[in-house]
Amino acid sequence: MRAGERPLAAVPGWLWAALAASLAAQVALRALSAPPATAASDLPPAPRAVALRVASLGEPAAAARLAMLYVQAFDLGAGNALPYRRLDYARLRAWLRAILDTDPRSNYPLFAAARVYAEVEDPARSRTMLAFIHEAFLEDPNRRWSALAHAALLAKHRLQDLPLARRYAADLERLTTDPDLPLWAKQMQIFILEDMNELEAARIMLGGLLASGRLHDAGERRFLKERLEALERRLASKQRRD
Amino acid sequence: MSPALLLARSTLLEARRSGLPWLVLGLLAAAFGLAAFLSQVAVTEGRELQAALAAALLRAGAAFLLAAHVAASVVREANDKVLELALALPLSRSQFYLGKLAGYAAIALAFAAACGVPMLLWAAPASAALWSASLAAELLLVCAASLFFALTLANVVPAIAATAGLYLLARSIAAIQLLARGPLAEQTWTQVVARGAVDAVALLLPRLDQATRSDWLLYGSPAAAEFGAAVGSLLVYTALLAAAGLFDFNRRNL
Repeated sequence: MRAGERPLAAVPGWLWAALAASLAAQVALRALSAPPATAASDLPPAPRAVALRVASLGEPAAAARLAMLYVQAFDLGAGNALPYRRLDYARLRAWLRAILDTDPRSNYPLFAAARVYAEVEDPARSRTMLAFIHEAFLEDPNRRWSALAHAALLAKHRLQDLPLARRYAADLERLTTDPDLPLWAKQMQIFILEDMNELEAARIMLGGLLASGRLHDAGERRFLKERLEALERRLASKQRRD
Repeated sequence: MSPALLLARSTLLEARRSGLPWLVLGLLAAAFGLAAFLSQVAVTEGRELQAALAAALLRAGAAFLLAAHVAASVVREANDKVLELALALPLSRSQFYLGKLAGYAAIALAFAAACGVPMLLWAAPASAALWSASLAAELLLVCAASLFFALTLANVVPAIAATAGLYLLARSIAAIQLLARGPLAEQTWTQVVARGAVDAVALLLPRLDQATRSDWLLYGSPAAAEFGAAVGSLLVYTALLAAAGLFDFNRRNL
């Protein structure tokens, strides 16, 4: 007990009861109310990048990543029965654009676009994301090539659009000047034209990424590994059906 | 020991005894807890996310704690007539003011070191050191602003509000200027006046958006010229605040 404080016994009994009752009421109210949930259709219109910059109070790197987590919450929620498919992709693209403009050196928006949003089973939505990835790649090829490499694979195997895949592969080869670019990425066109299935291609790409030492993030490695396992399961069940 | 140094020492002692170190520990725990939690839901750039969020939170939190501490301390001394007592001693007003500012500057340095050391978890030593040095200059500016407003306004809440307003506006003024010049801005006379007003306000503010940037921790140290310009402009503004505070303090009837 601090000097200047009276013992607990000095507090009247009705005050103990009032404190306990109000605390119990607060906890009960919170327990009974449903946790906040986000629905895919709730994604609000994207802010302009400059508005995001104002709101960031001079911390664009932190604001861009927080905004990514906010956007993610609209589709990765456990209560979402049809993840991604109900999202308004025009709004989603605008959000990713604004976030990328807020921190152009962040890889997060393009990683999410390529590995999460473009893999949706809806060709129109997938194409929206691929177009976004291509547009972003053209602004900074050396930093953003890995998203376009994945986009080329998706264009070939998911959309069955070989001309689009070849265009992406050709741009990747033509516009990147980074001497550290892996050989398989430089030779993406051959990669696209070879008669290999999606799983084989994904394995080569992921293996190449891991071998290049560019995947430093443990979360990213785990995420990609889970994606590869999901792809293996999907293709195995498809083979069984065939 | 000179009177100004004695004042600085007593200011440091007051900070140590007022529970400020515990508040800094609490701030560090909150920043790490939030960063660790949010990095769990990130699918990539987990390290960058933790560094950026912890740095942003520590930067803002340290500025707020320091501003509140300086304002509360100065106003309490004024209310307890400590100010009159100190000025009755063989001590000039300028010595008193600069002694207090030196004490708060030492606290700012300690804050910056406490916030900077944990950054070594996510960033290269050189980047973390530059970020900490910039944070120290930024916190020194916050101390000078809070001391100026607390002595001028003589009330805790208005002094904290004025310091927070200056700080937040200085951090966002560059983006506001961009907003005013954006492609959607019309060329009406009201727009032109508004843009001119924003530019005029910007002339009176420090470029806090250029200092203590978390992207130094994520993407590597800034160039020497960039760092020098950012920190130099903060020191110039701190000198301006100190001069304004001294000017006001010297002409006041106490």
